Amino acid sequence: MQLQYFRPDDLDSAIDWLSENNACVAAGCTDLLAATTDQKLSGPVLDLTAIGDLRGISEDERGWRFGATTTWTDVIEADLPPAFDSLKLAAREVGSIQIQNSGTLAGNLCNASPAADSVPCWLTLKAEIELKSSGGVRRLPLLSFITGPRETALQSGEIVTAILVPQSAAEGISSYLKLGARKYLVISIAMVAVRLLVDSELVSEAAISVGSCNAVATRLSEAEAFLEGKRLSKETIEQIPDGMLTDVLQPIDDLRSDAAYRRVAAGELVRRCIGSLIAGEAVAV
Amino acid sequence: MTIQSAPLNLTINGNNASIRSHPGKRLSDVLREELGLRGTKVGCDAGDCGACTVLVDGKPVCACLTPVAQVCGSSISTVEGLSATHLDRLQQSFLRHGAAQCGICTPGMLMAATALLDENSDPTRAEVEKALSGVLCRCTGYQKIIAAVCNVNNVEDGPGMPAAGKATGARIERLDGLPKVAGSEIFGADYWPVDALSVRVIRSPFHFASFAFGDLDAFVAETPGVDAAFTASDIPGKNTFGVIPPFADQPALAEGHARFLGEAVALIAGDKDVLAAFDPSTFPIVWKQETENLDPIAAQEDQAKPVHSERVGNVLITGHVKTGDHEAALAEAAHVVQGETTTSFVEHAYIEPEAGCAWMDGTTVVVQACTQAPYMDRDDTAAILGLEAEKVRIIPAAAGGGFGSKLDVSIQPLLGLVTLKTGKPCRIVYTRQESMASTTKRHPAQMRATIGADKNGNVVGMDFDGDFDTGAYASWGPTVATRVPVHASGPYNTPSYRAKARAVHTNGPVCGAFRGFAVPQAAIMQETLYDELAEQCGIDRLAFRQINALQDGDLSVCGQKMHGAGIRECLDELETHWKKALAEADAFNVSSSIKRRGVGVASCWYGCGNTALPNSSTIRLGITADGKIRLHQGATDIGQGANTVITQICADSLGLPIGQFELIGPDTGLSPDCGKTSASRQTYVTGKAAELAGRELRQQILRLSNMGADALISLTDGELVIADGKSTHKIALVELEPNEYGYVLCAEETYDPPTMPLDENGQGKPYAVYGYGAQIAEVEVDLKLGTVKVINIVAAHDLGRVINPLLAEGQIEGGIAQGLGMALMEEYMPGRTENLHDYLIPTIGDMPTVNSIFVEKPDPEGPMGAKGLGEHVLIPTAPAILNAIRHASGAKVTKLPALPHRVLAAIRAAEASK
Repeated sequence: MQLQYFRPDDLDSAIDWLSENNACVAAGCTDLLAATTDQKLSGPVLDLTAIGDLRGISEDERGWRFGATTTWTDVIEADLPPAFDSLKLAAREVGSIQIQNSGTLAGNLCNASPAADSVPCWLTLKAEIELKSSGGVRRLPLLSFITGPRETALQSGEIVTAILVPQSAAEGISSYLKLGARKYLVISIAMVAVRLLVDSELVSEAAISVGSCNAVATRLSEAEAFLEGKRLSKETIEQIPDGMLTDVLQPIDDLRSDAAYRRVAAGELVRRCIGSLIAGEAVAV
Repeated sequence: MTIQSAPLNLTINGNNASIRSHPGKRLSDVLREELGLRGTKVGCDAGDCGACTVLVDGKPVCACLTPVAQVCGSSISTVEGLSATHLDRLQQSFLRHGAAQCGICTPGMLMAATALLDENSDPTRAEVEKALSGVLCRCTGYQKIIAAVCNVNNVEDGPGMPAAGKATGARIERLDGLPKVAGSEIFGADYWPVDALSVRVIRSPFHFASFAFGDLDAFVAETPGVDAAFTASDIPGKNTFGVIPPFADQPALAEGHARFLGEAVALIAGDKDVLAAFDPSTFPIVWKQETENLDPIAAQEDQAKPVHSERVGNVLITGHVKTGDHEAALAEAAHVVQGETTTSFVEHAYIEPEAGCAWMDGTTVVVQACTQAPYMDRDDTAAILGLEAEKVRIIPAAAGGGFGSKLDVSIQPLLGLVTLKTGKPCRIVYTRQESMASTTKRHPAQMRATIGADKNGNVVGMDFDGDFDTGAYASWGPTVATRVPVHASGPYNTPSYRAKARAVHTNGPVCGAFRGFAVPQAAIMQETLYDELAEQCGIDRLAFRQINALQDGDLSVCGQKMHGAGIRECLDELETHWKKALAEADAFNVSSSIKRRGVGVASCWYGCGNTALPNSSTIRLGITADGKIRLHQGATDIGQGANTVITQICADSLGLPIGQFELIGPDTGLSPDCGKTSASRQTYVTGKAAELAGRELRQQILRLSNMGADALISLTDGELVIADGKSTHKIALVELEPNEYGYVLCAEETYDPPTMPLDENGQGKPYAVYGYGAQIAEVEVDLKLGTVKVINIVAAHDLGRVINPLLAEGQIEGGIAQGLGMALMEEYMPGRTENLHDYLIPTIGDMPTVNSIFVEKPDPEGPMGAKGLGEHVLIPTAPAILNAIRHASGAKVTKLPALPHRVLAAIRAAEASK
């Protein structure tokens, strides 16, 4: 019997095979195997982890390319500009070191958890998702790719091949804060990513996003607009109206927190996360 | 390349292996099942616990989340590779530091630490915490694990094996530690007979439902890989078990009605892989959901449907203690405080899900499984199987943690049934989900109390009332209801007192024993009110407790005259730490407005052994003709250290070096009954039996040699040598006649604590021995986020006599970790948190530093003066933390756990009431 487990080392073979097989696409498997009590991945499986071209981080004049099967440890160990500090901080918060060694960037997005650690960072980095199928290549903005909790725009026969960050978004400084009920191995109550371009102490561009407080992480565009043109200072941060930080949030009550708390905590985290960029250091929560 | 059923080539610990498994199989399953490398443990199959950590090309990964196809061509390292020839330095350090208690997380910890040490040979504490942060430990509180890794380069030699008479008090390594650090320990899932059938349990998906089976014969016939199915109708004996026989009410397999979500209703037996992939919703069963009752208050209302028809009102039992006139005392008190507190279901969350196997040995059903109570397992299993007790033999596997939940039978009757019915060996390994859904929890409590003091700060009266949700079946509910009223005063003089505790049935999970039998919940109520009362009296909170501490000669709320009461001494030991911590918190708060520090204190007392009921232990000790000394140590060691501590006591009372002792474990076919590992009774009760057996054997030897009581005994080359400095006498053992057990000299002694029944007001002598303790917690509270970080805990515990300081510290640190979890994060919700990422237990990064202080106020009843410790250590932690939170922030948290949203709400409420 031929087992339905295909682990090619080139992308074309993968896409060809996927076009003919309705298969589960697997990478680090830190979500797939965690979701079953079976001792194996069942059904046809396309395992992408032997495809060298899908793993790694590269830069050209257009921007940065993060291969789909790049692991969180790869991100932590990579030499990246400060705009990606938030992503590195998020990488250290994904599960455990064990998970960071296996789990992949694209896997985290395809799993589409509202509490996915990386999504707020990618939002501030204006990330696009590159998808390939036998029909060709398409690119989707992140929020067009993740369409809801556990829902994506991934089509049958399609593979996420990379996450793309334009050069314009790879600039500036960034930080990330995650709030949970314990120190490690924790699903967030709320999390925040901030990326700022600061010119002569004035904020020229701001990108702020909040996770675990909406079905999909969201940008705080009013707060971003408020900051732009203002001096990066404690006073400015205190002046951001609460509503700009929390009005777009639609948190839920769950076992980790109630909605009211999430709203308050997210607002506080945003202020702290921006504040951490004044000193240039992340602060722990 | 297409991977077919071609061989997969692996390199494991430098050796090549070729296997033919499914390429998408978990590496953990391949290692354990196909390659026999069972040192890699599985705790969750979800990457939440890290027990299965192995190294792939030097990097730690969870073997449970790694499809084996992905590691072909990589170099895989497992715990077996660390000690191919001898224990490596790290393993030695784990042993020396007491870093392994039950040992189930140890292989994962060792592998994560190995990855760190390969890159950083001299790591800091912070680096160790980060590197090990992906592995959960439920026993140790992580402190000794951190120390073992930090000190790996200078592992000091231990004291070695002490000389005769010097074992008690020695800081020796645990006697059963070697296999735990080598990864060779046999836990429940680590052994099964060849060709054992796998067993899977079909469970209720509803809190409350009736059900009827379809055509099971057709199901078995039509389902390849399923050999048999069993239901309650197949049970030959009485389909009822329970730890307290008069209340026994739980079926091994439910009959027509399931009373909680996760209750077992049927078994299927067959091929392991088929069963693992089986979708239980395809099992032929028709469910009719009924309206469940999950609220223990509503369950007591008149219209509430009884969970058990004979228990109208759903009250299983009410415990009651009364002394003096509490109403008058409270009416006349100068200061009175009143409060309510609610706690949640708490899950034991041992890293080892229940597992074991069974086989026939002639006409005897043998069950090898993790347990805390082998003889109770034997009797319950035999009754269910319709067999004489002697026709069931229980061989306890090493228990990968227990904490009370492995007292009740779980898998034992199920394994026995399949083997009895099929005649074949069988095995079962619970998934994390079914372990959490189907086994017992700590009782959620809704408590109310009023406490009054006179103007000098003397407590004059207390009224306590609590409802404890005991879930669908009785389990240890009666014990909880009895213990709480006896202990709810805390270790304090309370001349007028009334306490009531009801164990109430709901359709929640069965609540049973969990470290402290609900005394921790009651202590939260009482100790938080003590802080308020001290403030009203204008007395320092520690001093208030010192004023009221029970002392020798005082009467407890049960009218028992106390002896060996060490609580005052514990509180006194904390005094300098208390003043220092308060000063440090004040200094910190001067310059910090958002993060505020606070200090709290709380005490504990806890009666060792059953409450006013017999609970004997029997120890057999023998010497063979060829000069071996064997101790039948029947107290199950679930990591707490009974194997070591009992032997230390026995060695000194006999007068031979502990290094000469061989241990025979708590196998019901080999050792007499030492009762259950619960109620902090093993060091005291079994220790006392061991002391008596050692003494009796010594007397026999002295009588044979006509020597005086002070003579020294030695055992070499099959010869006993007895010397008193003047003369020497030799006994050639081979010349003596062996008894039925093969011993030429043998002693068997039983000890049962002298207690007295409680009268209708709970007056009497519920326990012969109590242990005491008090802890200070220093915390930092974020006033804007409601987060709490516990910075340091100072724990003073009165053990009477410290038998083994290394193991005692381990108990304290581990108890504090569980108390911290109960205080800050642990909240089990049936159907919602049946995993280790929604149910949170403390990680290595959540633990404070711990400073353990031993107080030794001997109890005349205990062996060498010793008292119990295992449960005491958890009791003060949560109230000390809550008191520290309130001191830091004003927040009075009355619903546990104190998750950030609850703390922040309490901070806001405190600010609003200013």
